[in-house]
Amino acid sequence: MFAVEVNNLRKEFSRRDATRTRMRKRRRRVAALEGVTFTIERGECVAILGQNGSGKSTLVRLLSTLLLPDGGNARIFGHDVVKESRAVQRLVNRVSVEASFFKKMSSEENLAYAARFYGIPPSATRTAIPEILQSVGFPVGRRHEGMEHLSRGMQQKVALARALLTSPVLLLLDEPTTGLDPRSKLEVQDFIREVWTSHDATILLCTHDLREAEVLADRVGILDRGRLIALDPAEVLKEQYDVETLEEAFFAATGRTFEEEEDGDLERGVFA
Amino acid sequence: MREPAAALRHEFIGLYGMVERNWYLIKRYAWWEIAFFFWTAANTLTIVFIAKGVVAEGGTVNLDRLTTILLIGAVIWSYLGIVFELLIETVAWERWEGTIEYTFMAPLTRAVHLLGTGIFAIGYGIVRATIVFAAIAAFFGLHMPNADFVAALVLISVASISFVGIGMMTAVLPLISPEKGTQFGYVAQGLMLVVSGVYYPVSVLPEFMQWIAKISPATYALRGERSAILDGAGVGAVWGDIWPMLIIGVVSVPLGIWVFRRGELHAKKHGKLKRSG
Repeated sequence: MFAVEVNNLRKEFSRRDATRTRMRKRRRRVAALEGVTFTIERGECVAILGQNGSGKSTLVRLLSTLLLPDGGNARIFGHDVVKESRAVQRLVNRVSVEASFFKKMSSEENLAYAARFYGIPPSATRTAIPEILQSVGFPVGRRHEGMEHLSRGMQQKVALARALLTSPVLLLLDEPTTGLDPRSKLEVQDFIREVWTSHDATILLCTHDLREAEVLADRVGILDRGRLIALDPAEVLKEQYDVETLEEAFFAATGRTFEEEEDGDLERGVFA
Repeated sequence: MREPAAALRHEFIGLYGMVERNWYLIKRYAWWEIAFFFWTAANTLTIVFIAKGVVAEGGTVNLDRLTTILLIGAVIWSYLGIVFELLIETVAWERWEGTIEYTFMAPLTRAVHLLGTGIFAIGYGIVRATIVFAAIAAFFGLHMPNADFVAALVLISVASISFVGIGMMTAVLPLISPEKGTQFGYVAQGLMLVVSGVYYPVSVLPEFMQWIAKISPATYALRGERSAILDGAGVGAVWGDIWPMLIIGVVSVPLGIWVFRRGELHAKKHGKLKRSG
């Protein structure tokens, strides 16, 4: 059984145009994902590379039951993300680019709140929270401080702790190091590596950090304008496109540089 | 542990988690809570002073009785406000903080999620309403020698079930309209009270409004509370106000959960969980 099995997955969003027809503004369909198909083996770490608006976050949201697909299907350890969403939710957790918390509440309170939803009682979190915070390199003595007083890097460590506290077998990482300073970035990457090796977790890492993808992942996928156009080990991708670096492979696969964004990307980026 | 028992335990822990989180937030925003308490007290005063105003204008009324009638109306209004506000914040606050996706991807039934907020709202609302009631009654030197406060507590508790059910329906509004959904919850609260005889008997309303009043739980809550506090009616005597509220509660809670679930599916279909502005 695959950890993740995605078949012809499609997602569209409708957007209102500024132009009016009679009394109503026109609505347009914008494709965020178009027929995405791939599998991930248990224990594998797969990175999906893509620019803003490529559909990375839409993919993560579909797999974490936060969006309903318009076509195709996705299964997590055999459970359909739409029909068996509760079973999927028990297996999955997610860290996204925004470390979202109740800012006035402390890290301990935020983690306790998240843990309760996964059936973890106060007797268990009393010891588990300080332990897990320590393991992500968070100064345990600061666990009673409001989140608003913590740096962005610290908040992202708490976000990682929140995801791990529920012992997910599939960890969805949506640009977990974006916006972090170089030191925090390395710390978070080290921790991801440690979790992967020590927790028997399967990881889907969506990123636009090419080095991060190359260093952490078994296979690297290229998602461009909602289409998955490649998914192979980084070395195979380089060989396939006969290039030296992953950035060059990206350029060869998509026909544009990694930094280059088009209007369509920005439009999809509203959702993705 | 057998699977159904484990699942039930999971749901109870989740329910506790909602109550616990709301308690953390109340503690962290304690000064704001105190400020809002004074605002509620001031708002209640402005209404209750109307009784004295009527006398000052030459009206001949039983001042204590009219003051208590207005006080009960104002306190029920503020209580309903707290219940609706906390339920609407189920979505609105989480969307603002950005935590909503983490809550909605957790393996917890939406019913438990909403009921957890509802239970906290009832407990917190009753405590706050009681303090406001006692403070304003003391301010006006009101005497209620006949009051049956046990019956009053039973009435507000039963009314709360249907208030929570209706509140769940309004909680879905910020999911559908992130910009205006929260405010529309207050509109629903106002519409409910205007037909329910908040400061006047329902009999003074036009006939069509009196018909609408029959399906509003606030109608029975207000009438029952006034009977219990002003006339000392016991639980048995206000049963005529309790059973309609029980029926409305039995219908409105499942309906509220169903409406919220529909809103959630709409948001997941159209990608509205994420939007924060």
